[in-house]
Amino acid sequence: MANIDAFGHVTGTSIYVDDIPVMQGTLFIKVFDAPVAHGVIEALDYSEAEEMEGVVKVFSYKDIPGENQIGGIIADEPLLAEKEVHFWGQPILLVVAENEIAAEEALHKIHISIKELPVITDPKEAFLKGKFLHNSRTFESGNTENAFREARYIFEGSADSGGQEHLYLETQGAYAYPMEHGSIKIHSSTQGPTQVQRTVAKVLGIGMNKVEVDVARLGGGFGGKEDQASPWAAMTALVSWVLKKPAKCVLHRMEDMRMTGKRHPYRSDYKIGLDKDFNIIAYEATFFQNGGAAADLSPAVMERTLFHATNSYQIPHVKVQAHGCKTNLPPNTAFRGFGGPQGMFVIESAIDHAAQKLKVSRESIQARNLMENGYQFPYGQIVEGCEARTCWEELNAKYPIEGIRKDILTFNENHAFLKKGMALMPVCFGISFTNTMMNHSRALVHVYSDGTVGVSTGAVEMGQGVNTKMLQIAAQEFGLDASQIKLETTNTTRVANTSPSAASATSDLNGKALLDACSQIKARLKNMLWVKNDLEAGAEVRFEGGKVWMEGMEEPAIWIDVVLDALARRINLSAKGHYATPKIHFDKIKEKGHPFAYHVYGTALTTVTVDCIRGTYELEAVHIVHDFGTSMNRLVDLGQIEGGLVQGIGWMTMEEVAYNNKGRLLSNALSTYKIPDIYSVPKEINTHFLPTDNNNMAIYKSKAVGEPPLMYGIGAFFAIAEAIRAFNPDAPLHLPYCAPMTPEKVLMALYGE
Amino acid sequence: MISFILNNQVVKTGLPSGSTLLDFVRYEKQLVGTKIGCREGDCGACNVLVGTLVGEEITYQTMTSCLTPLSNVHAKHVLTVEGINLSNRQLSPVQELMIVNNGTQCGFCTIGFVMSLTGVVLSKENPTYANVIKAIDGNICRCTGYKSIERAAKGLCETLAERPAKKPLSWLVEQGFVPDYLQNIPAKLQSLQQKLNQDSTFNDNGQKTDFFIGGGTDLMVQKPAIIRTSSTTNFLDDTQLKGIHIEGNLCRVGASTTVTEFEDSPEIQKMFPDLSKYLKLVSSTPIRNMATMGGNIINASPIGDMTIFFLALNSQVILKDALTQNSRTLPLKDLFLDYKKLDKTDTEYIESLQFEVPDNATYFNFEKVSKRTHLDIASVNSACQLKVAKDGAILQAHISAGGVAAIPKYLDKSSAFLKGKKMDDATWKTFSEVLDSEVSPISDARGSAAYKRLLLRQLVLAHFVEFKLNHWLAF
Ligand SMILES: Cc1cc2nc3c(=O)[nH]c(=O)nc-3n(C[C@H](O)[C@H](O)[C@H](O)COP(=O)(O)OP(=O)(O)OC[C@H]3O[C@@H](n4cnc5c(N)ncnc54)[C@H](O)[C@@H]3O)c2cc1C
Ligand code: FES
Ligand code: FES
Repeated sequence: MANIDAFGHVTGTSIYVDDIPVMQGTLFIKVFDAPVAHGVIEALDYSEAEEMEGVVKVFSYKDIPGENQIGGIIADEPLLAEKEVHFWGQPILLVVAENEIAAEEALHKIHISIKELPVITDPKEAFLKGKFLHNSRTFESGNTENAFREARYIFEGSADSGGQEHLYLETQGAYAYPMEHGSIKIHSSTQGPTQVQRTVAKVLGIGMNKVEVDVARLGGGFGGKEDQASPWAAMTALVSWVLKKPAKCVLHRMEDMRMTGKRHPYRSDYKIGLDKDFNIIAYEATFFQNGGAAADLSPAVMERTLFHATNSYQIPHVKVQAHGCKTNLPPNTAFRGFGGPQGMFVIESAIDHAAQKLKVSRESIQARNLMENGYQFPYGQIVEGCEARTCWEELNAKYPIEGIRKDILTFNENHAFLKKGMALMPVCFGISFTNTMMNHSRALVHVYSDGTVGVSTGAVEMGQGVNTKMLQIAAQEFGLDASQIKLETTNTTRVANTSPSAASATSDLNGKALLDACSQIKARLKNMLWVKNDLEAGAEVRFEGGKVWMEGMEEPAIWIDVVLDALARRINLSAKGHYATPKIHFDKIKEKGHPFAYHVYGTALTTVTVDCIRGTYELEAVHIVHDFGTSMNRLVDLGQIEGGLVQGIGWMTMEEVAYNNKGRLLSNALSTYKIPDIYSVPKEINTHFLPTDNNNMAIYKSKAVGEPPLMYGIGAFFAIAEAIRAFNPDAPLHLPYCAPMTPEKVLMALYGE
Repeated sequence: MISFILNNQVVKTGLPSGSTLLDFVRYEKQLVGTKIGCREGDCGACNVLVGTLVGEEITYQTMTSCLTPLSNVHAKHVLTVEGINLSNRQLSPVQELMIVNNGTQCGFCTIGFVMSLTGVVLSKENPTYANVIKAIDGNICRCTGYKSIERAAKGLCETLAERPAKKPLSWLVEQGFVPDYLQNIPAKLQSLQQKLNQDSTFNDNGQKTDFFIGGGTDLMVQKPAIIRTSSTTNFLDDTQLKGIHIEGNLCRVGASTTVTEFEDSPEIQKMFPDLSKYLKLVSSTPIRNMATMGGNIINASPIGDMTIFFLALNSQVILKDALTQNSRTLPLKDLFLDYKKLDKTDTEYIESLQFEVPDNATYFNFEKVSKRTHLDIASVNSACQLKVAKDGAILQAHISAGGVAAIPKYLDKSSAFLKGKKMDDATWKTFSEVLDSEVSPISDARGSAAYKRLLLRQLVLAHFVEFKLNHWLAF
């Protein structure tokens, strides 16, 4: 089934925040942000700006009636800077005007003087200077010290990965207006409506019940609108609240890139130990997370780095440690994979390092060390329903690895200036919010008197197709045609206290709550039918194709008759469903537990060609075998694989977030920050569905698919590295493990000493 | 006063002629199907189709409405998605293909793709797969990874295979590709143009304006706040600045020739058999549809692709003074004095460029490397033209390079060095030293100075590889 929003998308009738017709009197907000990365505000004069034609008011932190605080996990981030600024682009003032142009022009009339303080952009430097955002953590299993003593081979090195701009095509934005009884309504492009609601209530100093947040859909999120949609919503709410007028704020692309955080860059050190048969027996890593100037979601992101530090490998002795370092960059935040990719890049680098030194192929070490059922992750969960090896073997059956390797060798022998390379990338990714208390959800279902159904959940549609899956669930449960079901906007007055749409878990959590709501209504209808027809309680009743079956026999009464009958008997045809993921738990003191409902597995094989004259590369093919469980929507799931993979490839190849040493973003527009275009994606992407019928905790056994495929992209880095080595074996034995692999790095490596 | 047909309606506006078409359709006409992704021409979310009357028919081109000043759509037809939607919730094959292939996820980029693909539908180009993909090379999607869109594109090639060469529009209407009112647009536009010609108050001609504007793809990015409140003179459609003429052994290219027009010219194609390969590396289809040669040169960016191209042709530039109407000709390489400083007065504009038509003994090549191969600004680019004797000796050389100096650079010393030489290992060694001595790249977002030096050497090497001269390199 195609995405239910697709009709609106192709006809231009889907509504995003900036498309909502503006009400008369709407005010427009422009943000005045810090022009340096660190400093003390010594003087700030906006009187001239406030007097300009069309300007209504300039807001500073002093105009905030509640708390000037938007930190989600840790309260360390003001909405508007007070005395100090901590990153370039930090909001300081809001210029409010009758139109956007007037607001923009007034920005130039604000005079600020800042005493600059030292700027840190490198997490290792922050670490050495003792600048932390939150507590360091260590996951440990076995005894690495002893194991390294026994290891035949030990390799140590470092691996760094860069940031990544989300580049949701729709920039951040919100539109707020006052409602009766001292309340306010906000349309926000957010993955976390409850988070927005909570933040706004805090900033305005009012109850959450007075803040209604409504989300129709997002033009992309990817984690960038999980926590970081809140400030803009809070700004519109603030202005609207104080001036009693509708207020709108939609960021320009360059403002968005400058003011918002990105995927965390990491610097990391690793040490890997293998026995004589190349079994990995010990692994240690230290991660220095570049958190930016405030905690945002960094503690949770860092945690996932530790959870996924060993990727799909069965390693008995592990010690991994992570530090959340405070720097003067915009607070870095959630991005698809949520710290997992950064952790996996390091172990893949360590394996590559070992393979180079041992003169064996990377994949021989990878294959040998894939995990099996019964292995205990360093964080205590026992591996069940493991598909790591099945995916690998299925891939090998379809695309014989040795054969491809041979072809590449032959090609490379016959071409002086074109070299090919390949890499395998297994992925194992845990599904659930690692913060156990967030794994719950609700859904609200109404069956109307004409038999049609309205569904509200806490899920936010951002292109991932969650609403399509929700609709499928309701249609399936009531046995109705899709046209009979409507998915409502996500609204905090209908579904409250929600977790953000994130962690790949949105369909599972909301789908199961929806299932619960549908089941409640069905149970009431069944009960009515049993009583009415003198049947035993528990007799089979089925709703299918708009019809009703009892004990295997089709009834003359169809769905609408049953609905009307129920209403006549004053039966409640609305239900609120609830779900809380069972079984999961995690002890943050012991750093042990069972944090994930289940894991998702897969393997990708990437081949590339490097032009060794120009230092450019092309991705030839990516073949994937992925564990979908029993996919409930192959079209949507395939889209997640392809889109995730290409995002991962972008992160590993051309997407380079660059700051200068003063903390100013250099890659500040689409002209200087490049994401994959249609010509740069792999010529072929072949995705194979590994059907696994294991009992899992996914909705309809259809496993979560949002984040895992991003990490297949890591293969691109190692495939390119391999091709470079084929041209220049005299280059340092291993290239620095430093992503992204831009054409610049390629050319320098091809001709470097 | 600007007037044009927007979808099925004649519109007039007193807004400054430099304000953008994007803001006009979204915020004046509430046609919010057209999206804003970047306002810099780099994403295609704002793509619309702009139709120009050519004889009895209308030629449509994709343009990024965020960089299109209203002056550039005066007396034309503009199509937004609202204007191609059919009635009764019917979908066009383009829209249908995007849905069934799941070519849309969050939907924010989708309208841009739909418009670009509809541009293919309405164009005369052969609907080959390569051409269809080329039509969407300026559309960025962050969600899909493009594969589903490629599948939709394949489907479109198949559906369009039946499109007749004669009277395609009535067939397209029959097949539900576009609404039927499109058939009335040529007549409607003709009458609008007649009216506009009679009523000179509708016309900016003859009045002094704040800016000359070609395609706007540079100016609208550099100075958006100023231009949106200014008046602009549309150079893009000035017929006197258009056209490619060959007289004897001289080829003259009008300053307002767009990159697309240059690429489509049979004469130019004949001179440069690999032309489309080179121009594929320059911006994207909608930008090429707008970007002019004059704009590229006046932009004076050190990495301007067309400037580098013309420098290696040893071109001359013909400047005309708008006040005095005096003309002068000077070598293009002498126009660039320093970073963004030109040997040109404020009232002078470029009328045309001219260069010698290459003969059979002439080799030409253009190279460009950027972080992303397509739709990106070069880290370094270079062009090279050689005249070579039968024995492989170089009779004459012109080499240019961008990204290695404050100006788009004609490499005097390197060009002079090659004259009379045959390329071999020893020559290459000294030559690359000469090359290195006359450039001074700086480190910036497009690469470090060391990288740019190395890259220039490699790109010049690539010229020789492409020329396959006297088997100097064993490939
Ligand atoms: C997304 C994007 C991608 C791009 N990619 C590339 C690329 O790959 N390679 C590249 O080289 N460039 C690229 N550019 C830059 C730009 O497209 C080119 O420089 C283009 O040729 C500019 O032409 P224009 O007609 O649009 O210029 P305009 O913006 O209209 O004008 C530029 C300047 O020239 C002046 N001008 C225009 N015509 C004349 C004339 N005849 N006489 C005197 N002055 C004149 C204008 O007044 C203005 O000052 C890109 C731009 C964008 C937005
Ligand atoms: S908005 Fe991105 S190209 Fe116009
Ligand atoms: S579908 Fe979201 S950007 Fe293309």
